[in-house]
Amino acid sequence: MVKDLEDVVIRTVSRILIPFIQIYGLYVFVHGHGSPGGGFQGGCIVAASFILLAVAFNLRESKRRLKERTNAIFCALGVFIYAGTGYLSFLYSGNFLDYGQLSNLFPTDPIKARYYGMAMIELGVQITVMAVMVSIFLDLITAGKHEKTLEEDGK
Amino acid sequence: MNKIAALIVTLIVGGVLFYSTAFFPKWGDPKQPASIHVSPRYIEMTLAETKVPNAVTSVLADYRGYDTMFETSVIFTAGIAVMMLIRRSR
Amino acid sequence: MTDFIVSKYNYWIYVLLIMIGFYGMMAKNNLMKKLIGMNIFQWSIILFYISIGSKKGGSVPVVDPSLHPAIRALDYVNPLPHVLMLTAIVVGVATTGIALTLLILIYRKYGTLEEDEILEALKK
Repeated sequence: MVKDLEDVVIRTVSRILIPFIQIYGLYVFVHGHGSPGGGFQGGCIVAASFILLAVAFNLRESKRRLKERTNAIFCALGVFIYAGTGYLSFLYSGNFLDYGQLSNLFPTDPIKARYYGMAMIELGVQITVMAVMVSIFLDLITAGKHEKTLEEDGK
Repeated sequence: MNKIAALIVTLIVGGVLFYSTAFFPKWGDPKQPASIHVSPRYIEMTLAETKVPNAVTSVLADYRGYDTMFETSVIFTAGIAVMMLIRRSR
Repeated sequence: MTDFIVSKYNYWIYVLLIMIGFYGMMAKNNLMKKLIGMNIFQWSIILFYISIGSKKGGSVPVVDPSLHPAIRALDYVNPLPHVLMLTAIVVGVATTGIALTLLILIYRKYGTLEEDEILEALKK
């Protein structure tokens, strides 16, 4: 009976807190230019919200919100965004990862274009770090047998 | 037997490291060799060359952006390696 | 003498952590405990580098032009060790993840995580 009451408290509190944790992770990422923060820190906080979902509820809930196929695509999408921004400055006869040439693409001066280039690559870093942390965690706790663990949960 | 040998080796290594801290600069010295070569240039030019006030983000993403790209690929490779090692097909 | 202790005691704390991690890696028998020793070693090196970059009277390395009209490097903490250690932390996470995966595979094959039993099973 005590175990049932314990479950109710944990589940209710995490149901309330998880959207706020994700918004806080997004806040830390966007304010990386003016206060301490950035891509890695924001990505870890958003990954922590998905891990809380898998720990407080069962594994089926976590898989319903973020499917495994979407997770694997996010792993590669972040590196693609990062290297793609580097290649974009090749088109305007600059060096690799030279954000000053992006001023031909955005309607700003070359100094502000470095500001926007940094924001784009930090987005790539955040997506990759979040997806890889959730993927490593789910692989380790089920020891590889994802489908069998879902069957044993019943229902 | 194994543990005593490990303890002796640890104490010898610790003794050598403790002895070498006598030659380190003082804690919080503004004139130590780590803070006088290229890092004042990063702090002074970060608002003028890129309009980002955070010196850590501008060094990580702009002045040393190449290292960050390879480090992102390192964490991606680790995720793929764990996926490949532990999932077994039936 | 007091001056000598106060100006260098942070290096002594990190050397102590290095010794603890090193002893754990060599002397323990269980593979999981060796992995934890390696983790302690790694984190103590990261903390050591961050403590090198501090300056007396400096503040967070976010440049604030309203503090002083000209930006002086004397007011701000050195940002370079922070940047290099961000990369080192992520590499540490990757190494720990793969090491735990290898431990799961060893347990599947040999049924135990003690080092001497695994070495005996290998000799046969």
